[in-house]
Amino acid sequence: MSLARATGLIFAKELRIELRSRELLSTTLVFVLLVLVLFSFTFDPSAVEARRFGPGLLWLAFLFAGSLMLQPSFVRERTNDTLSALRMAPVEPFAVLLGKLAANALFLFLVELILLPIFAALYDLAILPVLGRLVLVLFLGTVGLATTGTVFSAITAQARLRELMLPLLLFPIVAPVLIASTEATVGLLSEEPYLDSVWLVFLVVFDAVFLTAAWLFGEYLFEE
Amino acid sequence: MAENAKSGSGLSVLWTLLSFVWLALAGYAALFVAPTEKTMGLIQRIFYFHVPSFWTAFVAIGTTTYASIAYLKTRAPKWDWLAVSSAELGAVFLTIGLVTGPIWAKPVWGHWWAWDARTTSTFVLWAMYVSYLLLRTLVEEPERRALLSAVVAIFACLDVPLVYFSIWWFRTQHPQPVIGDGGYLDPRMGKVLLFCWGALVALFLVVVRQRYRLEKLRAEVDGLRMEAERRAS
Repeated sequence: MSLARATGLIFAKELRIELRSRELLSTTLVFVLLVLVLFSFTFDPSAVEARRFGPGLLWLAFLFAGSLMLQPSFVRERTNDTLSALRMAPVEPFAVLLGKLAANALFLFLVELILLPIFAALYDLAILPVLGRLVLVLFLGTVGLATTGTVFSAITAQARLRELMLPLLLFPIVAPVLIASTEATVGLLSEEPYLDSVWLVFLVVFDAVFLTAAWLFGEYLFEE
Repeated sequence: MAENAKSGSGLSVLWTLLSFVWLALAGYAALFVAPTEKTMGLIQRIFYFHVPSFWTAFVAIGTTTYASIAYLKTRAPKWDWLAVSSAELGAVFLTIGLVTGPIWAKPVWGHWWAWDARTTSTFVLWAMYVSYLLLRTLVEEPERRALLSAVVAIFACLDVPLVYFSIWWFRTQHPQPVIGDGGYLDPRMGKVLLFCWGALVALFLVVVRQRYRLEKLRAEVDGLRMEAERRAS
């Protein structure tokens, strides 16, 4: 089976599970919403502050959400030992990783798209004029987060205290994504919106580096 | 075999003594041989251990990365033993660097922590290696632990330039303290710095060798214990 087809099948399987339960999307949505409101309580930002700090809070909320949402990706496969079935399937191990990665990125991206207008309303920010570029930044940041997150979720699923270990491993690794996405978003939401291409290129490089690393080293995560 | 072990331990005692003497000389050189820096004064002497600590940490991180790749390729447990031994020392030297930094920065910059690119990315690096070591304590099975932590070590190493670049670029867009303009460096200062680095690398080699042997013994004990359990059941 070709890599693309195998990846597609795994991706479809993940979507089907999520569509049947809808548990990940709904809980993550509420979680991010809560975090955003709590941030607003603790900072009580003025209009200028919202523009300056809002993007950072938004990305922090996404990062927290990602570290929780990516958790079940592999743990779920342990309950009925379906991971062994996936392992035995005549597909490249990278296809399993890539399919899950794509599904995780999609879920996270959907949550972000739904929450973006709510965030804009809560923090009183104008996102419509820069919507296209903002979605691009969201997409690139999410791919970086989902790539490293899915790999580390496969790793921590095999460790004790996995709920704590995933954020511990993930946060330092994705620090560059957090900085780049936040800075790009700050630029887009400033009074005279601009998109600093340095950050855009940086996010593309980050995504490419870790997708390649996942491709090179992903197979080791599935060994019995 | 026994003779080999004996002469090996004799050499190792010699090497340990040598590295300790070297370290003492390095301390003397940093305090008395190197000239006092003109503007920063005595506090600048902490540099002779602060900077080499980071350099030694980079040697350790390089060793861990190399050993992790070698482990994935060969699956020989010895590479995993080397990776963890060196990662532990890397974390120790990073900690020394991160603690001596603020001691110098407070009187010179006026803040303990200036959030400059180098300090901050080193802190992120420290966090990555500490999580690597924590992960190792949470995976029981030796082969699985070796495999998973090797992948984490490689990912962490790939992230180093990205972390540095992102924070550097982020910082250059924000105001930050002036870090000095290079200027004239007394040649004795450079020599003492290299001498101190040599001492720390020698210490690193001594400790990493002992730590490696400890890890090897642990693996042997674990193997024997498993064997005993298998026979008992």
